[in-house]
Amino acid sequence: MVKQRRLIHSMIYILLLAGSFIMLGPLVWTLSTSLKSQQHVFDIPPQWIPDPLTWLNYKDVWAKAPLLYGFMNSAIVVVTVLTIGLFVAAMAAYAFSKFDFPFKEGIFMALLGTMMIPYSVVMIPQYIGFSELGWVDTLLPLIVPGLFGNIVTIFFFRQFMQGSIPTDLIDAAKIDGCGYFRTFTTVALPIVKPAIAAQAALGFMGIWNDFMGPLIYLHTPERQTIQVLIASMQSNYISTSNYPSLMAASIVALLPVVIVFFMAQRYFIESLAITGIKG
Amino acid sequence: MLRWRGEDDGGTRLAASLLFPAAAREEKLMKNTTPGYRRKEIIWSLLFVTPPILGFLIFGLAPLLTSFGLSFMSWDMFTPAKFTGTDNFQYMFADEKFYKSLYNTFYLLLGIPLGMIIALILAIMMNRPLKGISFFRTIYYIPVISPIIAVSLLWQWLLNYDYGIINEFIWNVFGVQGPNWLGDPNWVKPSFILMGLWGGVGGTMVLYLAGLQGIPSSYYEAAQVDGASRWHQFKHITLPLLSPIHFYVVVMGIIGTFQSFSQMYILAADGGPEYSGATIVYYIFQEAFKYFNMGYASAVAWVLGILIFIITLFQFRFSKRWVYQE
Repeated sequence: MVKQRRLIHSMIYILLLAGSFIMLGPLVWTLSTSLKSQQHVFDIPPQWIPDPLTWLNYKDVWAKAPLLYGFMNSAIVVVTVLTIGLFVAAMAAYAFSKFDFPFKEGIFMALLGTMMIPYSVVMIPQYIGFSELGWVDTLLPLIVPGLFGNIVTIFFFRQFMQGSIPTDLIDAAKIDGCGYFRTFTTVALPIVKPAIAAQAALGFMGIWNDFMGPLIYLHTPERQTIQVLIASMQSNYISTSNYPSLMAASIVALLPVVIVFFMAQRYFIESLAITGIKG
Repeated sequence: MLRWRGEDDGGTRLAASLLFPAAAREEKLMKNTTPGYRRKEIIWSLLFVTPPILGFLIFGLAPLLTSFGLSFMSWDMFTPAKFTGTDNFQYMFADEKFYKSLYNTFYLLLGIPLGMIIALILAIMMNRPLKGISFFRTIYYIPVISPIIAVSLLWQWLLNYDYGIINEFIWNVFGVQGPNWLGDPNWVKPSFILMGLWGGVGGTMVLYLAGLQGIPSSYYEAAQVDGASRWHQFKHITLPLLSPIHFYVVVMGIIGTFQSFSQMYILAADGGPEYSGATIVYYIFQEAFKYFNMGYASAVAWVLGILIFIITLFQFRFSKRWVYQE
């Protein structure tokens, strides 16, 4: 029995390990390609460990494309949308989860209904509206809609607050003369910190990796986000078959996300599981 | 809070209560029993939910209605819009590209069951007290968080016909030349599915893992006592108890697939060979932002929206028959 279990366990290890190679292989291959010189890229058999190893491709893409601008632009969108958007979403969720007010259910259902509207339906009128305002080729169309609180985030916070903020605590704060807004900031917010962290991590990924919106609105290279810049790499900055430089650019776009993921992975996987089961 | 408060006009009040029965009830409640702090609380609550309501009106409802109007017009954003009736829809249902992009989108749905099977197998393997499981879980999750653009560029290189590592592998192992993944109309969609599996399986796996950990072990023990085989336990305990997760994955998978765009933009320039790699959203994007057929693109977008709505509605209706509810 014990022997059999040990056999099963080692088989599982082998299978999972093989799977890991499939999962990591493409990423390692990208990294490896990005560190090769152009003439060794098409070597057969392919080299996994570049020899000679070179950083030139990174210098090359950095010099040819305005990647620093791309980074800054992506960062501006992420930081503004997350700080304001998450705060606003937490406010709404607090009201929805802890208080009664007229039309509460109706408002919440209407908001949930927006989840059903595909972006491609609203994107054309939004584009027309933003171009009337003269906002095309600025970051505003990517920032402003995010400031009003995302319904998925509100839903998530609401679930969390219903379970974790004791109504007694709110009443106690009230009796102590603490106003509505101050109760929210001093009682509710600290309790929901883990939920905020989870949504910040998920939101970071979503906004950083977003492509279609930035692609539609941003045309001047210095005003584009990192994803749009990387996507136009082959047509604008390097030759089509310059895979080492292309892979270097991909690594540059990938690195921040991977770093954030490793810093916040606990929140990621947890929040995904929570939304999955309760949503 | 309500505008007609204080006016003692029975007619207005009646009309208002007919229009807003909930508000009228609230009004009555407030007048008779609501103390001052409670009224304040309601005002604050409404203030707190105002931003998302405004967001919903400005960036959801208004564009939705505008888009509906646009779908009966012809407009290139430079010359004045013209009302053209159902012309857009007639053109759409006669356009070969529309049908192709529709077919391609449906084809890509095949990735959903494939992904679920692989993810479930992985989750079952990981749902054991083994050392280093969280390490594996992290590795399988990395592709999920990777930006789709970087991932698409990477796969463009992996799938390269002459020098890609995948065809290199096929040549070394099977001794045959691999397919022209992104150049052959028959292989473009399988390429997308392959890439989607790589990028998505980790996410589904984590969901299944959470689901598996929620199944009480007493169920399996009871089944064992009754002499149920491993397969029967899987079929009659594991699978049905995971049905809320199957449901979630299918619903979100379909919505996601119907909106896929970025991979196609990178890997199938101009729709790919014979338009074999274009999805509906890609088609909409081209019509709107390449040819500036804003009216026509809105019409197609509405058809897509209705399609997603119907499919999702159907799934929720149908779900009562197979999704296990506690």
